[in-house]
Amino acid sequence: MLDLRLYVLQRISALVMVPFVLVHLGVIIVSAQGGLSATEILSRTQGSAMWFLFYSGFVVAVSIHAAIGVRVIAHEWSGLRGGALLLLTWTTGACLLGLGGWAVLAVTLGPS
Amino acid sequence: MKLRPRHHSLWLAYILHRLSGLALALFLPVHFCVLALALHDAARLDGFLRFAAHPAVKLAEFGLVFLLAVHAFGGLRLIALEWLPWPGPQKTLAAAAVSMALLVAGSFLLQAH
Amino acid sequence: MPSITRTFTTTVRRGRPDGHFNETFEVPARESQTVLDVVSWIQQNIDPTLSYRFSCRVGMCGSCAMMVNGMPRWTCRTQVKKVLRNDRLEVAPLRNLPVIKDLAVDMDPFFEKWIEAEGFHHPSRSREDPIEPVSPENPGRVVADAGIECINCSVCYAACDTVTGNRDFLGPAALQRAWTLLNDVRDAARPSILEAVSRSGGCHNCHSIASCTASCPIGLDPMAAIAGLKRETALSCFRKSG
Repeated sequence: MLDLRLYVLQRISALVMVPFVLVHLGVIIVSAQGGLSATEILSRTQGSAMWFLFYSGFVVAVSIHAAIGVRVIAHEWSGLRGGALLLLTWTTGACLLGLGGWAVLAVTLGPS
Repeated sequence: MKLRPRHHSLWLAYILHRLSGLALALFLPVHFCVLALALHDAARLDGFLRFAAHPAVKLAEFGLVFLLAVHAFGGLRLIALEWLPWPGPQKTLAAAAVSMALLVAGSFLLQAH
Repeated sequence: MPSITRTFTTTVRRGRPDGHFNETFEVPARESQTVLDVVSWIQQNIDPTLSYRFSCRVGMCGSCAMMVNGMPRWTCRTQVKKVLRNDRLEVAPLRNLPVIKDLAVDMDPFFEKWIEAEGFHHPSRSREDPIEPVSPENPGRVVADAGIECINCSVCYAACDTVTGNRDFLGPAALQRAWTLLNDVRDAARPSILEAVSRSGGCHNCHSIASCTASCPIGLDPMAAIAGLKRETALSCFRKSG
């Protein structure tokens, strides 16, 4: 089910996310003060190469990490194996990567 | 099946880690879609953010922040257990991960009143 | 006139692979009574067809493990008074292994996984060579010593939720055996062991739930041994790619 390659991928993607998650939690707490607004979010992120790289890296790592995690749970709790399990792993990863990439572009590029 | 072989604190840490991970994986697509709305229509995002200011939604957000924090801190404990040649007080560390997550999520709730 | 003895209720899960049923017995309470005593009393006094497995009765052979009130235990060293709840005892065959009949399970999958994990000695010398002296202070020896007292009772295997969900997972006992051999200076098959525990049912499937360590009757720590395997295999993976 999980061989060495998938295990290392999952742990590395987890370690990569440590700084991302800590910064993300910090941003959540700081920006929650006094309520959120679209302008507030976008003024921070739009046109910022730094935030683009930050969120892109986060999305790539989380797509790998979640795809492997979902794979393990699906196998252990619903007995999924073989091709179906492989399909679920890749679909989960691709969905998160696609939607995440869309969101990153949306908040960093903006409407123009 | 009986739950008794599972009545120990590291089993609870395991199930918390698994369920928080699963919940985050299910939440992320929604999170991404809502953010992507900003691309098309800032007003719609603001409408959503106004809905998110509702106390019940704030409480749900507290839950999400807790899930993220507890998955991150619990995951750090697991990687330390696996990769450091140091057994560590695992039950204490698992409890510390939950406490830290509550602290983080609590700070969020206090900020977002 | 017979003296009035205190009794307690024991429920035994019985049957064959195609179906099981619970049977209840009233068993007289005795001083220093073990769960194995209870099962033997039922077999000797009420139903001679009750099947179960035991040998040494002193916690050395590892053959009498069963589920006792939902927990896997070595029954010959489990005192009834310590596990009795509301004067009731429930005895069932070990979890995660196929039932042969009543309380006797098929241990084949458990032992096959020991072999799959390369959990056997790979000699580095022949009988013509002199005996290799191994210092008890040797760091590898100290690590190996921590796990070698395993009696193969399968209690950890029955306690493991990962084994329940993932039938290919080698399980705590086999992986701990692989870990002791990996640290044994006399073992000549380090690469094969690392390779064997890195396959799809290997050590990387463990979620560190620690039910193995919590339930090991002789206090071993298979979870730490598996963590050691994860560390060593990951290191060898980085060395290869680096």
